[in-house]
Amino acid sequence: MAGEGEKKPVLEMIQADGADEGCVTFVLHDEDHTLGNSLRYMIMKTLDVEFCGYTITHPSESKINFRIQTRGGLPASEPLRRGLNELTDVCQHVLNTFQARVNEFKEGQEQPME
Amino acid sequence: MWAELSRLLGKMAATMKNVEEIRSRVILGEFGVKNVHTSDFPGNYPGYDDTWDMQKFQKNFRIDVVHLDESSMEFDMVGIDAAIANAFRRILLAEVPTMAIEKVFIYNNTSIVQDEVLAHRLGLIPIRADPRLFEYRNAGEEAAEEEASEIDTIQLQLKIKCSRNPRASKESSDPRELYLNHMVYSRDIKWVPIGNQADVFADSSIGPVHDDILIAQLRPGQELDIVMHCVKGIGKDHAKFSPVATASYRLLPEITLLEQVEGEKAERLKRCFSRGVIDLEDVNGKKVAKVVNSRLDTCSREVLRHDDLKNVVKLGRVRDHFIFTVESTGILPPDVLVTEAIKVLMAKCQRFLNELDSTDMK
Repeated sequence: MAGEGEKKPVLEMIQADGADEGCVTFVLHDEDHTLGNSLRYMIMKTLDVEFCGYTITHPSESKINFRIQTRGGLPASEPLRRGLNELTDVCQHVLNTFQARVNEFKEGQEQPME
Repeated sequence: MWAELSRLLGKMAATMKNVEEIRSRVILGEFGVKNVHTSDFPGNYPGYDDTWDMQKFQKNFRIDVVHLDESSMEFDMVGIDAAIANAFRRILLAEVPTMAIEKVFIYNNTSIVQDEVLAHRLGLIPIRADPRLFEYRNAGEEAAEEEASEIDTIQLQLKIKCSRNPRASKESSDPRELYLNHMVYSRDIKWVPIGNQADVFADSSIGPVHDDILIAQLRPGQELDIVMHCVKGIGKDHAKFSPVATASYRLLPEITLLEQVEGEKAERLKRCFSRGVIDLEDVNGKKVAKVVNSRLDTCSREVLRHDDLKNVVKLGRVRDHFIFTVESTGILPPDVLVTEAIKVLMAKCQRFLNELDSTDMK
């Protein structure tokens, strides 16, 4: 979208002074509830995550603050990476199932016509 | 002591059943909806392993196509959380790209429709063209000077003039008979191929999806001379790019009768729900109410207004059973829209995975 000169940031990592890498706020640019809520669900399903939540900073800003706090000193980028991978796998499975069932449905519709 | 113990065990069984209900059902009560939020996260319930398990998900996940035609479809998506189902719905509305008229060059407009109103009306017309075969047009300042190219733009033309119909009968007062080109329809919009588009899209006719959308009404002497540029865009930017008329889901209703309802009460119970939900069966000469198809219910909660009926039914919705309805604008078939929506969510994940890998977070 932006010119070639300055590249718009996609992902930022914000940590409070003195906080360990288990407590991080990620800023996801150009995202909203669509990715925010589904990713939050996937990450909250992980055992080592103590807290995961997100906010939309302001209606006229297209970014979300995505907070992760982990247990036992685990770097917060780990559950984020895992959540993204798992969400991709879920989508892949939904996509495969959907396409299979739509094809079955279309075949079933064609047969009675003959 | 044994009595005490069995009472305790009974109570435990009851709470276990209650927990199962909290986890899997949304309860419609008289004064509100209970158990709205997803709560099956690790650590919330003793005795449950709620950590993410791909095998378990794949075993429980199911899709059933109920209806599918060129413009609409209905399907059940079972065994997935609302967060992800809602992501698909949101993407269908706002993030699956389509082609729509973005630039309107008005060379002449002597109709009574103002230029800006006309431009807006044209923008909202669905254009049949596969958006997957086009690129986004660059929105930067220096890009604005760039010529429209065959990979990112479709050119359309609307050139029409109204005149008197020489063959109209003298006493006629019907404008449709008196004038020629009195009504301007979307079918009057003609595609002007750029570059190699005439060869590439030879077998897919590009143009408005519907040919009977009224754009303007003219009187003799009035004319329109317009060139339009269609570009690829998403519904988040402008609703004209949205590929769906509607995309929504509802949870599967579940109606449970807690005790036998018969006679006049059964008749009244039947009338509280949508047609086809409750049926009356004849048992020993008595009419007994039976739930036959709770899917048809609109969940109006009318039954809770009857004091003698509200305690004999339990109204709920299955938390992970989504009944999706997708209605396309006609640009792409609805099943293609859903697959595209799923791919968009995967692309979003990939975008951040790439970013995580490339910077490796200082």
